[in-house]
Amino acid sequence: MKTKSKILVIIGSILLLGTFIFPIWKIDIEAPQYPEGMGLYIWINKITGEGPNDLNTLNGLNHYIGMKTIDEESIPELVFMPYIIVTLTFLGLLVAYKGGSRSILTLIILIILLGVVGMYDFYMWEYDYGHNLNPDAPIKVPGMSYQPPFIGSKQLLNINATSLPWIGSAFIGMSVLLFGFSYLNERKNKGIQA
Amino acid sequence: MQKKIQFLVLAVMLLPLIFIIGCGKSSSSLDTGDAAQRVYVKPGEYDEFYSFMSGGFSGQLSVYGIPSGRLFKVIPVFSQNPETGYGYTEETKAMLNTSHGFIPWDDAHHPSLSQSDGLADGKWIFINANNTPRIARIDLKDFETAEILEIPNSAGNHGSPFTTENSEYVVASTRFSLPIPNQDVDIKSYKENFKGTISFIKVNPESGRMNLEFQILAPGFNYDLARAGKGPSHGWAFFTSYNSEQANTLLEINASKNDKDFIAAINWKKAEEYVKAGKAKAMPADYYHNHVDEKTRVAKSEQLKTVMVLDPKDCPGMIYFLPTPKSPHGVDVDPTGEYIVAGGKLATVLPVHSFSKMIKAIDGKKFDGEIDGIPILKYAEVNAGEVQNPGLGPLHTEFDEKGFAYTSAFISSEVVKWKLGTWEVVDRIPVYYSIGHLMVMGGDTKKPFGKYLVALNKITKDRYLPTGPSLTQSAQLIDISGDKMKLLLDFPTIGEPHYAQGIKADILTKDFMKIYKNEDNGNPYATKGEKDAKVVREGNIVRVYMTAARSHFAPDNIEGIKVGDKVYFHVTNLEQDWDVPHGFAVKGMNNSELLIMPGETRTVTWEPKQPGIYPFYCSDFCSALHQEMSGYLRVSPANSNVELKFGTGK
Repeated sequence: MKTKSKILVIIGSILLLGTFIFPIWKIDIEAPQYPEGMGLYIWINKITGEGPNDLNTLNGLNHYIGMKTIDEESIPELVFMPYIIVTLTFLGLLVAYKGGSRSILTLIILIILLGVVGMYDFYMWEYDYGHNLNPDAPIKVPGMSYQPPFIGSKQLLNINATSLPWIGSAFIGMSVLLFGFSYLNERKNKGIQA
Repeated sequence: MQKKIQFLVLAVMLLPLIFIIGCGKSSSSLDTGDAAQRVYVKPGEYDEFYSFMSGGFSGQLSVYGIPSGRLFKVIPVFSQNPETGYGYTEETKAMLNTSHGFIPWDDAHHPSLSQSDGLADGKWIFINANNTPRIARIDLKDFETAEILEIPNSAGNHGSPFTTENSEYVVASTRFSLPIPNQDVDIKSYKENFKGTISFIKVNPESGRMNLEFQILAPGFNYDLARAGKGPSHGWAFFTSYNSEQANTLLEINASKNDKDFIAAINWKKAEEYVKAGKAKAMPADYYHNHVDEKTRVAKSEQLKTVMVLDPKDCPGMIYFLPTPKSPHGVDVDPTGEYIVAGGKLATVLPVHSFSKMIKAIDGKKFDGEIDGIPILKYAEVNAGEVQNPGLGPLHTEFDEKGFAYTSAFISSEVVKWKLGTWEVVDRIPVYYSIGHLMVMGGDTKKPFGKYLVALNKITKDRYLPTGPSLTQSAQLIDISGDKMKLLLDFPTIGEPHYAQGIKADILTKDFMKIYKNEDNGNPYATKGEKDAKVVREGNIVRVYMTAARSHFAPDNIEGIKVGDKVYFHVTNLEQDWDVPHGFAVKGMNNSELLIMPGETRTVTWEPKQPGIYPFYCSDFCSALHQEMSGYLRVSPANSNVELKFGTGK
């Protein structure tokens, strides 16, 4: 592999670790009673509120409609996602050390595949969270479910929720992009050689 | 002929009426125009200033927005407040302990913001209790009373609690002189037995905790108001006195005889040196110091038994008397610290003393006798000038940043604007009616905001819709940004608004508290989670460890309480959300309800007298299911053996 391609792969691999520093998703919450706004950050290893008490407050509000408490311990993804990221970083570095253009492409496909599975999993978590309601909930609106939006905004009773990928996801995107450049660079060089 | 005379008499009688009607019209037409815009704060927007106004005989402190004149909060200070439980709960009732026992009320006059370098710093605000002498400190992080210190050897704590330039001290002078220590004597022995005291209360710069550092024994006059020096006069404090006649009956006549009374100028830095040098004598005293513990947020009382007293006879150079015409009331120091303005309430002129002249007179020993070892300075040697025609009954003066002073005149019911240095009156405006104090935003600091003046009036008469014989108290907002003063707004106030303080809102809003953190809740009876809610019996004492969160209490069914029990409800609000307090109210509760802020534990006691079922509920509309936030207590006869049971949802 050319030095340039190697460097791109190395940087790309390290960028993946950015998901430990930044959340990968954000859900913004607006409601008439919360002019100051609330928000949830989804990280690869935890869920936090934007304000120090947002998570607590949201859980409190959600009990009215029978939603489950957001409890990090009941979300196994938060345990194994960090391992996946670290493994991908190592794989990337291994590719830079030993691999060729084909292994770069495999890496890209693997990340995209994992990304798609991850997003599907997130969607399913949101689905379960919004549909699987406590039958004893104080507030029951016939036909109403409370699945937060996957991407974009959605009005749920008095709450307008906006869900968007956050900085951590951009790091993954950038790393895929760098792997892509590296792959093209390798292909170009191969073309010249042949 | 007779008819003609009758007509004349009628005309003369009507003349004042026509005059009054005419005046009323012209003033009301002046009020309109841009006044409405100047005081209009758009819904959802903030006022530019906070104003803290004394609650007078309500004993509390109120918080207003300026220029809108909207009331935001009444902070319970010296009076019990069943609305929140202040002074009733186990956590707060110690605040109202005094050497005279528990006192649930007082008369609060003068709020005073803490200062750094002569400017309001927004850390604390102090206010005096006039009747049972005390000073309270309110923490401006949460706008709650944090400390109350009783002042011994004092009665009528009126000249209080004005702060020094860096809040080194707040001061307190006694309006009534007394035998010191207090004892049973013939009232007629006033002149030999009665003395005044002037107290210096040290403020800890970090915690704000107050300590009565020393008292100065003073002749038996009535000490009225006070101000600390600033800039060049920093290190000095000034106290007005009246009744230098030392009358003990019919003061309105007997204390108004002398042509001049005195302003006591105290060099407190010198006093500190005398204390350090061991000149102060420890005197037995009895006074209470109550404060809210920072960790537990539970108030504690401490009874103190001594006070350090300085006698001016042993302390030369510590105190001087400035002769000042006719029973002076207010004493105010201008932003430069040079001029000391006295409000001689019966005087026809407003005397202004000069600090630099005073120092020169002291150095040159320009004395005119002495009283109890206190030199009296010569009036002409300290006087900088006299404002002629300052209105009738001038009381208080505040300042703007352009070199003007504003004096309230009680009898002529007006604010008079005059120029420092030339002493000429440049403008006057009527107020409705009978103004006491006035307040320019920051007008007692080194940097006033000469934009608004608040007139704090004693009488409202016809200014508002009538509400029977007892009418609202009133303040008036006056625009002082231009050459002419302009009346902008009347607004009602609580109690009698004596004095007020104004501070730029952003000083307080840049870092304000929204909730108490659950993890910091150090109340010994706090319940940190619903799982820990319980009811415990210790003999005939029943402790209910209860939690409140939208929209239920835990436990909400309690059985096994008996007549003769003393029940402590320790209710913890588990919310960590801004503006979500919970209330707690029990049918037949004899003391008060509770209003519990997020992250707070408050305790109220109850001694049920009859068996039966007693509902309880949240008295603050907290949520959509607020009406469901309720529960039942079962009270059984004293001799019954109903088991203690409690729970939620089972």
